[in-house]
Amino acid sequence: MRSGTVVAGFEITYRGCLASDGTLCGPLPAFTDDTELLRQLYRAMVRARVFDTKAVNLQRTGKLGTYPSCLGHEATHVGVGSAMRAEDVLFTVYREIGTKFWRGVDMLDVLLYWGGDERGTNYRRTPQDFPFCVPIASQMPQAAGAALAIQIRGEPRCVLVFIGDGGTSQGACYEALNLAGVKQLPLVCVIVNNRWAISVPVSAQTAAQTLAQKAIAAGIPACQVDGNDVLIVRETVAQALERARGGGGPTVIEALTYRLSDHTTSDDATRYRAANEVEAAQRIEPLARTRRFLESRGLWNEQAEAELRRECGEAVDAAVKQYLATPKQSTDSMFDFLYAQLPPALRGQREDARRYSALKT
Amino acid sequence: MGKMTMVEAINMAHAWEMAQDPSVIVLGEDVGTNGGVFRATAGLQQRFGKQRVQDTPLAEGLIAGAAIGMAAGGLKPVAEIQFMGFIYPALDQIASHMARLRNRTRGRLTCPLVLRMPHGGGIHAPEHHSESLEALLCHHPGLRVVCPSSPARAYGLLLAAIRDPDPVIFLEPVRLYRHARQDVEDDGRALPIGHCITLRPGTDLTIVTWGALTVDCLKAAEQMSPEGVSCEVIDVSTLAPIDFDTILDSVVRTGRLLIVHEAVRTAGLGAEIAAVVAEEALYDLEAPIRRVTGYDTIMPLYRLEHDFIPGVARILDGIRATLSV
Repeated sequence: MRSGTVVAGFEITYRGCLASDGTLCGPLPAFTDDTELLRQLYRAMVRARVFDTKAVNLQRTGKLGTYPSCLGHEATHVGVGSAMRAEDVLFTVYREIGTKFWRGVDMLDVLLYWGGDERGTNYRRTPQDFPFCVPIASQMPQAAGAALAIQIRGEPRCVLVFIGDGGTSQGACYEALNLAGVKQLPLVCVIVNNRWAISVPVSAQTAAQTLAQKAIAAGIPACQVDGNDVLIVRETVAQALERARGGGGPTVIEALTYRLSDHTTSDDATRYRAANEVEAAQRIEPLARTRRFLESRGLWNEQAEAELRRECGEAVDAAVKQYLATPKQSTDSMFDFLYAQLPPALRGQREDARRYSALKT
Repeated sequence: MGKMTMVEAINMAHAWEMAQDPSVIVLGEDVGTNGGVFRATAGLQQRFGKQRVQDTPLAEGLIAGAAIGMAAGGLKPVAEIQFMGFIYPALDQIASHMARLRNRTRGRLTCPLVLRMPHGGGIHAPEHHSESLEALLCHHPGLRVVCPSSPARAYGLLLAAIRDPDPVIFLEPVRLYRHARQDVEDDGRALPIGHCITLRPGTDLTIVTWGALTVDCLKAAEQMSPEGVSCEVIDVSTLAPIDFDTILDSVVRTGRLLIVHEAVRTAGLGAEIAAVVAEEALYDLEAPIRRVTGYDTIMPLYRLEHDFIPGVARILDGIRATLSV
């Protein structure tokens, strides 16, 4: 080979369809013929936001623990959820309630989890899904393992794993993508680039032009999408899942969005980012454009909006009521799920916990 | 039945369970074509195919994490970490997820997997290849940590580990891999996890140990016999959760306790055993509890490794010191 020969190259394509003003900036995916589905997508986004607003308020009034808001991520989360099949396996970080709700996780479960109760991870409708994952990027190797299990068993299922922009700096991210490439696993990875890992902007996280291109080194096809465009997220993820289901291997999709909230309720983002940046991001947030799009097609109006807001408010209030009325678990629960059977050496400690807890009440 | 080494017995246990249970999958670095650097998985890929014996990329955190995903997905992964000194990148997966998945999902998702790895030194291996890090793992509720001390016990305990509904860390003492041959029946019979094994009954002193040092402790006990000293030798066998009943029963009878381990002394598992015996049986003791352990130093390169690992001479001194009170 001649010295100086180019031996590898790559391109990352950006995809979008719904512009921030609700007009079209790309071809409409075929699924948009289903007008009821379009309305469902919008409803799910609003439901996530109404829940999110309430959850932050609950934390502010001391009724919920630290909570990571999903404000601004609704299109990515709902788009992904709607593209998955019920039997697929979902691995999330800790913000993706829009995806979880779409898959049938109850609002009560999410409240219980952030309210300090492990019962909130007991997803009845998708019992194969993993719970929220707090240690950054540690869900990635597990997702690769779940995809490997599916491949070994020859099942027509896929794994979808979320990771954030900060998570792409972790070794576990590369390790998992590398395995997915080597074994051609049925894995779709959605990198939610919301521009901020707590106080660190993406520019300080990596010198790469895109996060999607991190897949290239693992030999995985990748693209970048407008993560505030629920239509393109759903379409791109659905195509990737379909390819994976047919044995076509993994895909990485970078969804560009913006964390409009603080990192969590314990954070104050005004300490590290400019108000004008957040204001600019507000103008391209996902809900308004989706509503405008629906209205332009005669699929939505003021009355439908009012009705939806009322429904969501009622659903959230009912979940909150149930959450606040849920008594805490017994201290036995600290011990009873450590092993299939409690080791004899722990029986004494379980008794102690019971006794002291009874004294306190 | 045949005379075999521990590493051959470990291989045989893999093969038995893989033949019985199609959900058992072996994974790790060099476990497939190469059959493992210690040959523990030799021939398994040829026999069971590449789907069931998977060579992975070189990443311990990935191996542990992927095993979790596979286990929760209905398989029974038996994953190999090539040396215990390389366990650190996998600790995040082990501590943050493997040990906790059952608990944090209230039993919905579980981790029936085995993470095997060589343990300890004594075979002239390079730096980072001779560590005894069991205390790191025993500190995580939700895990079982098992350390066999003979070919037959390795066979039976590995079968039990694979069949266990919870994650089991399986520590294989490298010094014993090819130390001695023993008759091992390939009958698929598991040995119970969660029990100490009394290797030698005695009346004057209890020696509690595990792994490769069981051999040295038995030698020391034998050498004390002509002096009329009867040592009981207990192989802890399951290092977490520990069967304290067997240890306490013995100490109450003998009144004296010597704990012997290869790992560094500070915050080692011996400290926990000493603390429990002090809490539960102090007034049955006729002498202070003593420990003979690795020093609180970095595991040295191999020219000094046998100066670090407690040998028969140090164990004999420990026995005499305990008896002198």
